[in-house]
Amino acid sequence: MTGFTENYREPLRKERTSLFNIAVIAGISLLAILFRVYVSRFVPYLQYLELPLLVTVYFSLMWRSPIAGLLFGAAMGLAQDSLSHQLLGMFGIVKTLVGYFAASMSLRVDVGNPLLRLVLGFFFFFFHALLIWVLTRALLGQAAQFEVPQVLVVAILNAIVAVFLYQLLDRLKITG
Amino acid sequence: MEFFLNRYRNLSVLVAAILAQLVLLAYQVKTNGDVRLIRVWAVGAVTPLARVIETGRSGVSHFFSDYFVLLDVREENKRMKTELDRVKMDNQYLRAELSTADRAQSLAIFQKHSPSKTVAAHIIGNTTGAGAKVVFIDRGSSSGIEPGMAVITPDGIAGKVTKVFFAAAQVMLVTDGTFAAGVISQNNRVHGTFKGLDYEGTGRIEHVQNEQKIDPGEWFFTSGDDRIFPKGLPVGEVTTVHQGKTEKEIYVSLSGFKNGLEEVLIIVEGVHASIPDAPVTNQAVHLLAPPPPDPGAPVVQPLQTGPIATDADRIKEQYRKLGEQQKHMYGERGNGAPNYNAPLKTEVKPEPKP
Repeated sequence: MTGFTENYREPLRKERTSLFNIAVIAGISLLAILFRVYVSRFVPYLQYLELPLLVTVYFSLMWRSPIAGLLFGAAMGLAQDSLSHQLLGMFGIVKTLVGYFAASMSLRVDVGNPLLRLVLGFFFFFFHALLIWVLTRALLGQAAQFEVPQVLVVAILNAIVAVFLYQLLDRLKITG
Repeated sequence: MEFFLNRYRNLSVLVAAILAQLVLLAYQVKTNGDVRLIRVWAVGAVTPLARVIETGRSGVSHFFSDYFVLLDVREENKRMKTELDRVKMDNQYLRAELSTADRAQSLAIFQKHSPSKTVAAHIIGNTTGAGAKVVFIDRGSSSGIEPGMAVITPDGIAGKVTKVFFAAAQVMLVTDGTFAAGVISQNNRVHGTFKGLDYEGTGRIEHVQNEQKIDPGEWFFTSGDDRIFPKGLPVGEVTTVHQGKTEKEIYVSLSGFKNGLEEVLIIVEGVHASIPDAPVTNQAVHLLAPPPPDPGAPVVQPLQTGPIATDADRIKEQYRKLGEQQKHMYGERGNGAPNYNAPLKTEVKPEPKP
């Protein structure tokens, strides 16, 4: 018994990954995209809710693997691009970066803390909006607008939704 | 190299993923083309689900609306038993015509009477682009839809088809900031360009000079100049007109969105129509048509084909009168130029003799 206690050690933060059923991941991703396509048509205010981004951040944080995070982000972004009228790659690049940075950050902080999730939700929404604006102006040469007060308000709303959404998604984890 | 890739594996994958997508973007910008395969997969995966959800939603919604309509009809029948059958039928017909809930029927009536060949479609979802006014409809290339086709409602224009898939298509709505269409005003026949403003129900008319006359409340119709919308479709009513630096600032309330936007018509074969007639606002009395020319009289082409609208037109008219006064023929070699500084004699009407 004593030997067991001596040999036991707390798992490192980066070892504490969460596993999800592949069907759950696919289902949640599809629902997030469908929400963007369908629900916002009937409730226009919900078009400000960036569910594909929130889902990307969540899985990247939970997997704690930058490669998995960036690949998932790229897939979500390209799917979103395919259903928009924009060129393919705009959302793809931005969500790839979001997935990578979210997963890298999860190696250093406790991603189960609701307050931290609120801050991360806010930060990544702002980062996402800023990058989209930069890419639209720099790569496509389009005169896009970046209204900081509006983006800040929408980022706060998305962060609040993220806290509750992430608690809901926590229940779908296979292992903790 | 191998050490570097192992040491910075995460960063290497990130750079590779970003570079691949940058190349994808550059290819699309350079070739002005599209990577259709990826879009077809994504649309193929999402639109059937959206269609199922939409069918379920509209089914439930129609069930409840039919239920309440049925209740109303039963009560109404009790009250109307004493009335004549003809009046009952007329009432029901008029109610059906005016009911905004029965859009599908009004759409079918409009489709039947429209000179253009149209295909009815249902809006099944928005696109995922940030802030864009672009929607998905449940008709695609299998129904003969092609990019660039006009999308309308019985009340006016609604948008144009931008991308087409097998069983779905993307429609850019008239409210999108990048939407444009050629328009003409109803009363004064002023040409302009309609632009979306990213606001629901409002648009702007551009390229109308300050000298041209537009009145609040005047209607704008499609002019057919853009080769997308047939001439004569309603666009909207002028709500505000301001004088700008060189061009007027005109805002219109869109008529196509008056009864919501669930069902639309896509014009497969457009037929140009005339702009509906309306009394000209600056004309106080009714005028007859000009008399026919005398037989044998030489046909004189008018110098001014349109109304005098700009300063240039006024100067041109003044020079024409000066030329007539000095018996000068414009365009004759060696004839010099008339004296433009000479005073222009005004015509004096002879006083009637007592």
